[in-house]
Amino acid sequence: MASDHPRANLKPLSLHVPEPKFRPGDTVDFGEVDVPPAGSVRRPDTADKAQDFADLAYTMVRVLDEDNRAVGPWDPKLSPDALRRMLRNMALVRAFDERMFRAQRQGKTSFYMKSLGEEAVSIGAAAALADDDMCFPSYRQQGILISRGCPLVDMMNQIYSNNGDKLQGKQLPIMYSERRFSFFSISGNLTTQYPQAVGWAMASASRGDTRIASTWCGEGSTAEGDFHSALTFATVYRAPVIFNVVNNQWAISSFSGFAGAEATTFAARAIGYGIAGLRVDGNDALAVYAAMSWAAERARTNQGPTLIEHFTYRAEGHSTSDDPTQYRSAGEPTAWPLGDPVTRLKDHLIALGEWDEERHVAQDKELAEMVRDAQKEAEKNGILGHGLHQPLDTLFDGVFEEMPWHLREQQQQMMSEEEASGRPWARK
Amino acid sequence: MSDVIETEAGAADTGTTRMNMIQAINSALDVMMARDPNVIVMGEDVGYFGGVFRATAGLQKKHGKTRVFDTPITECGIIGVAVGMGAYGLRPVPEIQFADYIYPALDQLVSEAARLRYRSAGEFIAPMTIRSPYGGGIFGGQTHSQSPEGIFTHVSGVKTVIPATPYDAKGLLIAAIEDNDPTIFFEPKRIYNGPFNGHWDRPAENWSKHPGGEVPEGYYKVPLGKANVVRAGEALTILCYGTMVHVCLKVVEEAGVDAEILDLRTLVPLDIEAIEESVKKTGRCMIVHEATRTSGFGAELSALVQERCFYHLEAPIERVTGFDTPYPHSLEWAYFPGPVRIGQALKKIMKD
Repeated sequence: MASDHPRANLKPLSLHVPEPKFRPGDTVDFGEVDVPPAGSVRRPDTADKAQDFADLAYTMVRVLDEDNRAVGPWDPKLSPDALRRMLRNMALVRAFDERMFRAQRQGKTSFYMKSLGEEAVSIGAAAALADDDMCFPSYRQQGILISRGCPLVDMMNQIYSNNGDKLQGKQLPIMYSERRFSFFSISGNLTTQYPQAVGWAMASASRGDTRIASTWCGEGSTAEGDFHSALTFATVYRAPVIFNVVNNQWAISSFSGFAGAEATTFAARAIGYGIAGLRVDGNDALAVYAAMSWAAERARTNQGPTLIEHFTYRAEGHSTSDDPTQYRSAGEPTAWPLGDPVTRLKDHLIALGEWDEERHVAQDKELAEMVRDAQKEAEKNGILGHGLHQPLDTLFDGVFEEMPWHLREQQQQMMSEEEASGRPWARK
Repeated sequence: MSDVIETEAGAADTGTTRMNMIQAINSALDVMMARDPNVIVMGEDVGYFGGVFRATAGLQKKHGKTRVFDTPITECGIIGVAVGMGAYGLRPVPEIQFADYIYPALDQLVSEAARLRYRSAGEFIAPMTIRSPYGGGIFGGQTHSQSPEGIFTHVSGVKTVIPATPYDAKGLLIAAIEDNDPTIFFEPKRIYNGPFNGHWDRPAENWSKHPGGEVPEGYYKVPLGKANVVRAGEALTILCYGTMVHVCLKVVEEAGVDAEILDLRTLVPLDIEAIEESVKKTGRCMIVHEATRTSGFGAELSALVQERCFYHLEAPIERVTGFDTPYPHSLEWAYFPGPVRIGQALKKIMKD
């Protein structure tokens, strides 16, 4: 800049590019993560106005304390049976993930995504919602299906794209669609499900229904326009919907700073929209349950939407196609200050005298066997790449309700290619 | 009109009345809202006010504001919400105020609405009809004049419908609303009020004397996927839709050429049989659209005609289109494929 320019005396501008605290090889110290004591956050009445508890977007609802007790106003006071059911479902998700991750590594399918460390987010939510409340999930909420009793074999059939897959091998593994469990078809495009959940909730409200909608996205994809469109629609029409932001700190290799976490919390996104915002310890199944129950009551009583940030940690790679050792410190998962969600709930039940290590080990063994049996059953229907599991002509089904001439012609072309090539795609 | 009117018992004896295209669209929405409680109408300014072009006038008062309502200004949100409403079981008819504003909704349209039936193997569908005024000739400048139909015909899972008369507008819109697949319904806004013949410097006509302005008051459908032969002829085939149907009719009349003019009405699914039959008869094919040229729908039509009718062709296929520029404001009549451009192409194809 020329020296006679009126701003020549100013320091030049500089661009801030966020950088995570730790990279591969760094020693991890999460001391800067602010973790308020369990039980320290007040619980507003579900009829209170969002603006009266905006401060809750900057703290963290926690129920389980360091001595494994459930404390404070958010303690949902669940029965031991309900707690054991949640623990079992979380352990089952973990066992399922473990098995399917290995199946991908064995070449039995193309892709898998674990939810290690985030099991409480989906299990706590599913326990708090009614089974017919409609879920518009992202790709790491397999816990909802498991909690609602979806047969493991059906989930595996989808993962293997085999002849038991009711999606006819059309979708990437884990992109389930389960209408019978009120679970919307998962998209690979991020946060598109947010406005869709609002639309479903608006439809439910306009019909005088009593069902509500709930949706999930990661912290990274709160940057998508769909997120903001959805929040605007939801606040305008007071839609009975719960927005869940699963802040697991990482969007593939991009840390939460690239979605704005250096400046504020994700729960605080709610404030500008006049929506109720909560920030919860996502590794505390009781806190997740309590927040979801509270939000569900608000929605069901026409108090409108709630945004819940579930503060958690993605303990594994983004997917089987990802290698997190390339971009983050290997010390992060174990150093995470909020611990492991399964261990925390287990220890709580033990502290209550309602569980013990022996039963836990036995349950893990039982669940592993259950998953293995389901896997054997599913593999009878085939695994990806071993022959053609669906009739070839189904490739053209479902583009439209009725097949137009141009698709019929292309279908005929494909069938003649099949005949000409002599491919070993015999219908199984 | 040449179409068989599909009527239901009790609806057949309703009379006809003169309507412009806006009134015909309004009537289609009104009829469908009365017939099906799942039909809802939403969009920017469509509620109390009745839409910037008045297409939804009176509907909120008649059907209530939980079925006809204004939305926030987010096209992505409008279409995303419509996907969710469809999943619940409603049959939304969202309006995008101008086709030029549809781009923020593309992901929800292309990756969600268009793919939902396929990716869920039919568990969830998106039975929505997206209405949107499109096309130029109204001094709308580059953000109120575009013809983006080619973007949608390229997407699997979406139907694209464009009417050219009030009669077709109502019948096609009712058919689109009843259809269980997502449908883009582009309304040629230059002919909302009358059948514009391309002569922008002459007095405007209205629909009062045009046979397509005679519209049944009740329920009827014009089937999707069926072209309309608006002028029978032997010398050449002209494939067109929307505003260009009327411009082509005028050019042919002035040139004294015995052209057969097909109003395609639906681009996907396309009435290939009608196209083949006509081109094989005439041996010449001209394609006219207002949209930009490169990768426009005319390119697809040209390829199809070449593939299917090559040995019947006596001259190269002619494409008459808008230019590959943004739609200019003050120079819009230089951009518009009007009588001069079409007339020159007509001379060329008849000389070859």
